[in-house]
Amino acid sequence: MAVKILFFARSRELAGVSETSVAVQAADTTESLLSHLLEQFPALKELDGRFVFSLNHEYLERGSVVPLKAGDEVAIIPPISGG
Amino acid sequence: MGVPFDDELEQLRAENEALKVEVQRLRQAQSSSLPEPRSQNDLETPSTHSWDGLGHGLSRDDIARYSRQIILPSFGAQAQGKLCRGSVLIVGAGGLGSPAALYLAAAGVGRIGLVDKDTVELSNIHRQIIHREGTVGQHKCDSAAQSIAGLNSRVQVELHRDGLTPENAVGIVTRYDVVVDASDNAPTRYLISDACCVARKPLVSGAAIGLEGQLTVYCAGDDSPCYRCLFPEAPLPQSCSRCSDAGVLGVVPGIIGTLQALETIKLISGVGQPLSRKLLLQDAWAGRFQSVKLRARSAGCVACGDAPSITAETLADYDYAAFTGQAPNDGPPRPLRLLNPEQRITVQQLRDRLSSEQGSSTASTDPSAPPLVIDVRPPEQFAICHLPGAEHMPWARFARFEQRLLDLAAGDRPIVVMCRRGNDSQRATARMLELGMQSVVDVVGGVEAWARDVDPDFPLY
Repeated sequence: MAVKILFFARSRELAGVSETSVAVQAADTTESLLSHLLEQFPALKELDGRFVFSLNHEYLERGSVVPLKAGDEVAIIPPISGG
Repeated sequence: MGVPFDDELEQLRAENEALKVEVQRLRQAQSSSLPEPRSQNDLETPSTHSWDGLGHGLSRDDIARYSRQIILPSFGAQAQGKLCRGSVLIVGAGGLGSPAALYLAAAGVGRIGLVDKDTVELSNIHRQIIHREGTVGQHKCDSAAQSIAGLNSRVQVELHRDGLTPENAVGIVTRYDVVVDASDNAPTRYLISDACCVARKPLVSGAAIGLEGQLTVYCAGDDSPCYRCLFPEAPLPQSCSRCSDAGVLGVVPGIIGTLQALETIKLISGVGQPLSRKLLLQDAWAGRFQSVKLRARSAGCVACGDAPSITAETLADYDYAAFTGQAPNDGPPRPLRLLNPEQRITVQQLRDRLSSEQGSSTASTDPSAPPLVIDVRPPEQFAICHLPGAEHMPWARFARFEQRLLDLAAGDRPIVVMCRRGNDSQRATARMLELGMQSVVDVVGGVEAWARDVDPDFPLY
């Protein structure tokens, strides 16, 4: 099954794409997905967890472990400081 | 037209601008001596008109001017009255603050505080639409105040020309109903959020870079989070793109700043649902807006939690530069000192070497041979302007050019490395020295120094 990942702001620059799709297993969680993303896009390590992480348009508490299901959409949203 | 005429015109323009600023100052001095924010026009005499007892407090002129939003069923005279008696502090008179201030002034917010300490530059105006060609070089507060006065002379404008600091932040924020974060850097964003927590003021936070924008309302009620609830650890300096480096399409902060004005109007007038606990994300490239539901206030937050360590007493001593690793501005990064002086040359030395008549030399390290210029700026910047014959190897993708560099190392041509200001070129030079290349030097100050000190026709951006 596949989940969709959206990258915003600096994470988009670091990943080099604005979105991607990742195949996950039944046992996968938001936490294991994050680890997978850091392997696939090592440049994201720069963010060091300093971003809003959302699942299906809802904020996820840092460190929370939520099982994933097909069609889920997660987003990595670092703050923009410019104006 | 002759030069003397131009000079005279220039002088008259300068005098005119100076007079405008003086008028604005006098107007403020006059209004700040009033005990209450003005909701009635000075020209009006106390009256006993039939609309006086209706509680909205609007004058005949107010009603005429704001009629189109007053007749709006979901807004009305009471909401307009609150707006005319209300106040807002806008931190930053830039890409976000320009449309925010203009719309809030047009909508009739009674008192607008503007915080900025920069001067208007030509490169600001594509997005900072409150400023004008004629105010380039002026303090942004003065320039913005002139535009507001021209748009709605009934708005009282207060200028905070020294910027927001830990020492003055709480005192300034306390004097307004709503605060708009239209700043351009991380330390100021944390300072504004903390001051709003301490002063218990709702904060309309907008941000924009490139083709992306973000908008939310912090500290607007008991469960409403602050900036630190979402981002307890500051982003690293390299994660904070600046408009001056990364670029921004002017209309993007224009949209976010306009939405900030909208949220401010809603908060002051009490109309509608504030964008609290929701983060609106604009993706201008894809033509998409989406919102993410945010967390509630964090009980453990150091600024707005149940036992905050950042308080009215401690905020002034908080070191925001240390917390974020950045100075509170969006100026260029500090010059690096990665190389030894003998590994660097000035732009004047570069000019002399490029104009050397020697031609190519057979000696592999002959410093008098005309060098090859390697320009390591991003492609967008290289496409604007570069030195004739410069070879392009963007630093962000430098590893791809290793084979080319090794080929060059085997040749006989000395190499000079340039970037925009002289930091990335030092990094690239250091990398080339690591690769064993001998005759490589860095150009101090990059193409900006070249434009400033050697070729006045070379574009600055």
